[in-house]
Amino acid sequence: MSQYIVKRLLLTIPTLLGAAILVFFLMRLIPGDICELRLAGTGGYFDEAALKICRSEIGIDQPTIVQLGGYLWGLATFNFGNSMWTGRPIVEEIGLRFELSLMIAILATVTATIIAIPLGTISAIKQDTWIDYVVRSFSIAGIAIPSFWFGILIIFGILFTTQWWTGIPWMPPIQYKSDWTSWANISNNFGLLIWPALATGYRYSAVATRMTRSAMLEVLREDYIRTARAKGLVERLIIQRHSLKNAMLPVVTVIGLEFAFLMGGLVVTEQVFNLNGLGKLFVESVTNYDYTMTQALVMVVVAVFVFTNFLVDVFYAWLDPRIRYK
Amino acid sequence: MVVTSEVVVESEFETLTEKKSVGRTIVQLMRRKPLGAAGAMIVIVMILMAMFADFLTPYDPVANSFASMTEAPGWTHWLGTDQFGRDLLSRIIYGARTALLVGFTSSVIGATAGLVLGVGSAYFGGRIDLIFQRVMDIFMAFPLIIMALAVVSIFGTGAQNVIIAITIPFIPRCARVVRSSALAIREVPYIDAARANGFSHARIILRHMVPNVMAPYLIMITAFVGQAILLEASLSYLGLGVQEPTPAWGLMLQGGAEEYALSAPWMAIFPGVAISLAVFGFNLFGDAVRDVLDPRLRSR
Amino acid sequence: MQFARLIRSALVLAAAAAVTIAYTAPSVAAGPAKGGVLKYVVPAEPPSFDGHRETTFALIHPIAPFYSLLIRVDPTVPYKSGNFVCDLCTDMPKATDDGKTYTFKIRDGVKFSDGSTLTAQDVVATYKKIIFPPQGVASARKAFYVMVDSVSAPDDHTVVFKLKYPSGAFLPALANPYNFIYSKAILDKDMHWYEKNVMGSGPFIWDGREAGAFIKGKRNPNFYIKGRPYLDGFEAIFAKKQSLRVQAIQGDRAAIEFRGFPPKSRDDLVKALGDKITVQESNWNCVLITTFNHKNKPFDDARVRRALTLAVDRWGGSKYLSSIAIVKAVGGVAFPGHSLAATKEELQQIAGYWPDIEKSRAEAKRLLKEAGQENLKFTLNNRGVDQPYKIVGTWLIDQWKKIGLQVDQRVQPTGPFYATLRKKKDYDVSLDFNCQAVVNPLLDVAKFISDDVSGNQYGSYQDRELDKMFNAMNQSGDPKEQRAIMRKFEKRALDEQAHAFISLWWYRIIPHRSYVKGWHITPSHYLNQQLDSVWIDKSLM
Repeated sequence: MSQYIVKRLLLTIPTLLGAAILVFFLMRLIPGDICELRLAGTGGYFDEAALKICRSEIGIDQPTIVQLGGYLWGLATFNFGNSMWTGRPIVEEIGLRFELSLMIAILATVTATIIAIPLGTISAIKQDTWIDYVVRSFSIAGIAIPSFWFGILIIFGILFTTQWWTGIPWMPPIQYKSDWTSWANISNNFGLLIWPALATGYRYSAVATRMTRSAMLEVLREDYIRTARAKGLVERLIIQRHSLKNAMLPVVTVIGLEFAFLMGGLVVTEQVFNLNGLGKLFVESVTNYDYTMTQALVMVVVAVFVFTNFLVDVFYAWLDPRIRYK
Repeated sequence: MVVTSEVVVESEFETLTEKKSVGRTIVQLMRRKPLGAAGAMIVIVMILMAMFADFLTPYDPVANSFASMTEAPGWTHWLGTDQFGRDLLSRIIYGARTALLVGFTSSVIGATAGLVLGVGSAYFGGRIDLIFQRVMDIFMAFPLIIMALAVVSIFGTGAQNVIIAITIPFIPRCARVVRSSALAIREVPYIDAARANGFSHARIILRHMVPNVMAPYLIMITAFVGQAILLEASLSYLGLGVQEPTPAWGLMLQGGAEEYALSAPWMAIFPGVAISLAVFGFNLFGDAVRDVLDPRLRSR
Repeated sequence: MQFARLIRSALVLAAAAAVTIAYTAPSVAAGPAKGGVLKYVVPAEPPSFDGHRETTFALIHPIAPFYSLLIRVDPTVPYKSGNFVCDLCTDMPKATDDGKTYTFKIRDGVKFSDGSTLTAQDVVATYKKIIFPPQGVASARKAFYVMVDSVSAPDDHTVVFKLKYPSGAFLPALANPYNFIYSKAILDKDMHWYEKNVMGSGPFIWDGREAGAFIKGKRNPNFYIKGRPYLDGFEAIFAKKQSLRVQAIQGDRAAIEFRGFPPKSRDDLVKALGDKITVQESNWNCVLITTFNHKNKPFDDARVRRALTLAVDRWGGSKYLSSIAIVKAVGGVAFPGHSLAATKEELQQIAGYWPDIEKSRAEAKRLLKEAGQENLKFTLNNRGVDQPYKIVGTWLIDQWKKIGLQVDQRVQPTGPFYATLRKKKDYDVSLDFNCQAVVNPLLDVAKFISDDVSGNQYGSYQDRELDKMFNAMNQSGDPKEQRAIMRKFEKRALDEQAHAFISLWWYRIIPHRSYVKGWHITPSHYLNQQLDSVWIDKSLM
């Protein structure tokens, strides 16, 4: 087992390295640079001296090889350096946004799981009945509706409804308070985070529902379930004791992979709800030509993805020994 | 008497083996898979809309008409107009064309490239397979937004560059699925036998392996079309996709639609509904295709 | 008897008079009240805090309240062009020595928030950094001060500017809102300190920041203008999406936004909130220019360029566009309404501003035919921002369609858009813009002079006549002479040579919560942002 783990772990390194090099070159292929953007401001008037100073401070006037070397060395020593745009340490800039993205990811996961597992189970048990059709339509709609559009509809729905009902439009909070100690802050944060969690949670739950349903269907067809039924076991106990646990494996996989996507993938949703999360940081750093920040963020996202896959693979290998020896 | 019963038996036999007309087959399919049938109908309507857009639209989708800006849905404009006075219904119908173009092209190219790469990797195995898997991992993990922004910044905006940007994440996903199917076939003895017989790689791959991975390939294509439409909408919303004045559903949701959402909500609602319906239809249809082609994967 | 009657009538009259006065006298207006925290939304976050270095308005909105300026636009009254008042100085000086010397007296009792006293030495150190930056220090607006020969402080309360020649552009340049006054002691230690830190003498003191989220300030108890600031503090919240900023004001998560909203958002807010919203509007010192790449045929032919500007119906377009976009005024090269700007009659003499659009378009078609370019097809390079770039771009294409031209739009994100304009020059016709802080037409028209002298002309052309006129205008002290030259400059740049043309000037619309008082709109989203005269009327909250 440990041999498998080590082998799998080693295989993640080329992926990480490849992604690092890819983002490095991809960013530098885009015409323009950060100093031009920063000094463009009004009427596009550029002071050439200021441009030169800016470039040398940041280090983008050095030859590409030197920049690549510095970057890779920094990665190896876990030193991400400073953001080109603000000059502050990247770890500091990412830290706050990471917290917020994590909150949303957790809330969305909880929402999704609460909805998905019961719905998927019922849908599997009552396969091909109208309940099944309704649940399946509900979940496919969740995958079909663009989550950012859903978010827009939610906000406008809230504004419109509160205006119509009470005459005073109510808007969800637009600021995240990172200090969770006071009740005011907690309710503020909850009021802020619940809506994007719902908007993404719907889609998330749709995927999880479908997976739960198909996994349950597979399990329910198994011989040991037939045996349990023949034994005369109550249906409810069959579901709870024998099927659900075994069906959970692919469901947990899907939930895990989607969670990985939520960290940094919610680019558009964060714009819609004005969340200061990783997705917003991502878009900003790319459009600002902030090479170091973009590189660091890509590494974070890729690392989360790779690590999640690694955990899933190890989990499967632990459950199914045949995989280890391939 | 014997003659009569023979005749009777023969006619019953005929009834049993009579060829079902196409219509009856379709009706039976529809009854067995109502969701899939619904999806298929949506898809067909979309394709017809895209093909006959020139004849169906009452107005020119890009003609500005400052006299009728942000008109509410009514008899002259069934779905209303946007802030330039352009008819929303016409733009949505033409938008189907853009959506289908982007959707089909990127999913077919992406899936086919994935097919070739996945089968090749499975067939050759060994070090090639290992390297290939890592490369695919990189592209799968790589955030689409950066890829799209890079493509757009280097090559410019527009439908074909959006297609390029969207195709890229599909290739590794299809390659992975195809590869696992192909791996199973690889182990089968007749492949080795074919090699022993001196058949070329290409021939073995094309003749023996590809036909066996057709099922996951087709399933992936139908799955991708829906995703491609969604991705195009997201990219256009971020300003990285198709540009004005081309009618495209994602583009219609951006900018003006949000600004006018309180006073002219139809601008934000109808394009979103169009996107949702289209993806919904493709997903339903794709599910049914999967059920029919691969019972093992049924009802996911 | 008679006398008593007289007294009685007098009393009655007096009573009547008193009652009349009581009814007609203006009720005592609610004066500025102290207290309250002003929350406002800002579209972007500044990369650093150094005003001398940055050019984005995103710096001014959250950071200007922490600093003082030497002179500034008067924030206590509705905007008037050229109405500069003292911030740190005591009186606005008259130029001496033939207009070449300005002597400012600095206030007493000004303290930085770290306790040190502000003297003329700090002002001089600041302006030396801006006008004569040392090696390795970036100053984004250095070119505005080419007329300055030296700046010095003969004593701790006097600052003297000596100019090389008298210039009407000096005072407006001095009033630039980015000229935060820094502490000499800190600048001597580290010229880059102010990039990451805030320490000023302004009405507010630093109260915290969260990256990407907000910047907070609280009242400076030692502010040198007694009784101010009225606000207890402010909170600048960063919100990138425009629709979200509108919603924030609608839902009272923020009181005001200092950049500007499109007309529809204003209408929506007014409809939803009635008199809880106050709207202030003004012409904006920003303009969308259409630039021709003179190095690409056929745009090196003045006839083609003239044709393209003749085809555009500005007067009619203004009416429609001003209801969906943040543009409105039809103007020439100078800010509409400024003394140096053209009157309507003068404008109508220029190509593209003729009152009869049919005549104009016929002339355009004729010119194209003469140049052999009737079926001209080209691509318009545009910036991927909706308001007003893409809207105006779409409108322009529609206008050119009316003279039979096929144009399509190539939209790029901001960064690559600048790269195309500045370096790659891979465009035929492009939209371009000119936004300046203080209205200073003498300097602002540098956009049209030869590219080897102008800092921001991207059409790749040289026009020495325009250069001569520009220098003459800027070195003349006589407003009448300046105006005469400006008219000639305008005619040549927009009409005879049609090097570039102006579509429409922007229009600034600020709908804000009615409880925000004391803020007056200006033509620029960089001005009036120190917030010391802003107060909150709690009774309207």
